[in-house]
Amino acid sequence: MQTKSTARNIFFGGTIFFFVVFVLLVAHSYSYIVNVSTPPLTDSVVRGKKVWEENACIDCHTLLGEGAYYAPELGNVWKRYLANNDNDPKAAREAIITWIKSMPTGVEGRRQMPHFDLTDQQLNDLVDFFEWTSKINTQNWPPNLAG
Amino acid sequence: MKYQSQKISLAYFAFAMVLFVVQVLMGVVIGYVYLNPNFLAEVLPFNILRMLHTNSLIVWLLTGFFGIAYYIIPEEAEREIENPTLAYVQLAILVLGTAGVVVTYIFDLFHGNPFLGKQGREFIEQPVWVQLGIVVAALIFLYNVTMTVLKGRKTAVANVLLLGLWGIAIFFLFAFYNPANLALDKMFWWWIVHLWVEGVWELVMAAVLAFLMLKLAGVDREMVEKWIYGLAALSLFTGILGTGHHYYWIGTPAYWQWIGSIFSSLEVVPFFAMVLFVFTMVWKGQREHPNKAALLWTLGCAVLAFFGAGIWGFLHTLAPVNYYTHGTQVTMSHGHLAFYGAYVCLNLAFITYAMPKLLGREPYNQVLNMVSFWVMTGAMAFITFALTFAGAVQTHLQRVRGENFMDVQDELTLFYLFREGAGVVVLLAVFLYLYSVFVPREKEIIAPAATPAE
Repeated sequence: MQTKSTARNIFFGGTIFFFVVFVLLVAHSYSYIVNVSTPPLTDSVVRGKKVWEENACIDCHTLLGEGAYYAPELGNVWKRYLANNDNDPKAAREAIITWIKSMPTGVEGRRQMPHFDLTDQQLNDLVDFFEWTSKINTQNWPPNLAG
Repeated sequence: MKYQSQKISLAYFAFAMVLFVVQVLMGVVIGYVYLNPNFLAEVLPFNILRMLHTNSLIVWLLTGFFGIAYYIIPEEAEREIENPTLAYVQLAILVLGTAGVVVTYIFDLFHGNPFLGKQGREFIEQPVWVQLGIVVAALIFLYNVTMTVLKGRKTAVANVLLLGLWGIAIFFLFAFYNPANLALDKMFWWWIVHLWVEGVWELVMAAVLAFLMLKLAGVDREMVEKWIYGLAALSLFTGILGTGHHYYWIGTPAYWQWIGSIFSSLEVVPFFAMVLFVFTMVWKGQREHPNKAALLWTLGCAVLAFFGAGIWGFLHTLAPVNYYTHGTQVTMSHGHLAFYGAYVCLNLAFITYAMPKLLGREPYNQVLNMVSFWVMTGAMAFITFALTFAGAVQTHLQRVRGENFMDVQDELTLFYLFREGAGVVVLLAVFLYLYSVFVPREKEIIAPAATPAE
């Protein structure tokens, strides 16, 4: 029975050790995220995240690579639209909003994005959220604009 | 079955199996939507169907764990469950909550309501009122099993099982913490998702495998108990810091690339140890247990978890590899085989073992049951291969060459077609399994080969 209690003690001691190390690293990461890797939050970004959540966007799209894999990555959608609109933020914003409003296309054989009843305010908040997300320091992920 | 209250698990298993059918059926439906994207698009869009697919998986696996615990704890503690009525109340809450979730998702009820409407973080989209119900159900459950163990015999199997179940409940509480900062949100979201499936769920897995080995292989308890703390230690020593492999690209510091790569690579070790454990126990065991089907599922569980969670996890866990594969079909392939091997097979193994006991009879329909194992496993392997190749092609076209997401997806149609074919076979195998488990017959049509006398 010696070995069993030794094994048990190693298990509990080791688990506590690794969990404490984990918590300390996460605490450091917390302050790194707040102070270094993400831009300051604004009210519209916070509201935009709500719009993102209420409509379960994550269950088709990925955001920073996490989510469903059915529809394009949106962590860098802002950068994609900027690049396609001569780096004009106003045009990029318009283009994203027009895209969302024109869904679903109903084209046969194309993946369909549902129609969401969003107000202009909500649409703009959502774009603010995308813009904010695109400025997170993600260690240069994704490798290219395709996401 | 030695204790009356073990019968509770029967109701849990029945509910779990209903959701199992829903889960696989939804999987087949969304697999079909990949091929014919206009199907149901206006009625039930992809995201709703996918929520039903993933949520029913999680709820049925947990319901299965609860049922397993209600079976194991009385035998380990050598006394009846503290309060059987409460166990049924707990199940009623889970059923009500599940029904609430399904109705809320399908009809998009109370859209945007912070308490009644669906939420939008992956896997924890349940309305807040349902999540509170889950907490109440978990508290009832923990009270019931913990009191049973505290007043009864304390074994290593019960200890590790309880620790895993407590961990599940504690980490679920992070569902109520949703920081406005997306990077923080993601960091703590993984405290539920990763610390569940690559942490405390593994404790449940180790404990259940240990219990099954005690019963099926007839090994000494002492030998099993030596192993079980080792398995639990390996799981958590690697799994806790292994969370780092989710902290590569979400705004967290770069040092996670080293920590995550090293520790999550080591996550293969506990899964390999579980393979060694079950085969060593069977080899050293002195019993020829009549339930061959349960033994097959148990060995299959350890082996498939090793491949699905271990090998397929390692495939894309190193940061330089993950930089290219993150969020592609490679992740999908790993997710499917890992959940199937580790947790689906674990539940199906236990149900195969427990059902004859709960019905008070000898094992039945064993050949059918074993056929369902091979068909289901073969088809799941096929899905995994199809998605792995799809992921490799996607990684190359999209991540290396930078081609547009939707153009790349069009190139993958053939793989999705293969995946859907195999998905239909999985569904058929599920029905075969359920028939073999829930429709006992008087006499075996094909009697399993008798063990030759020595």
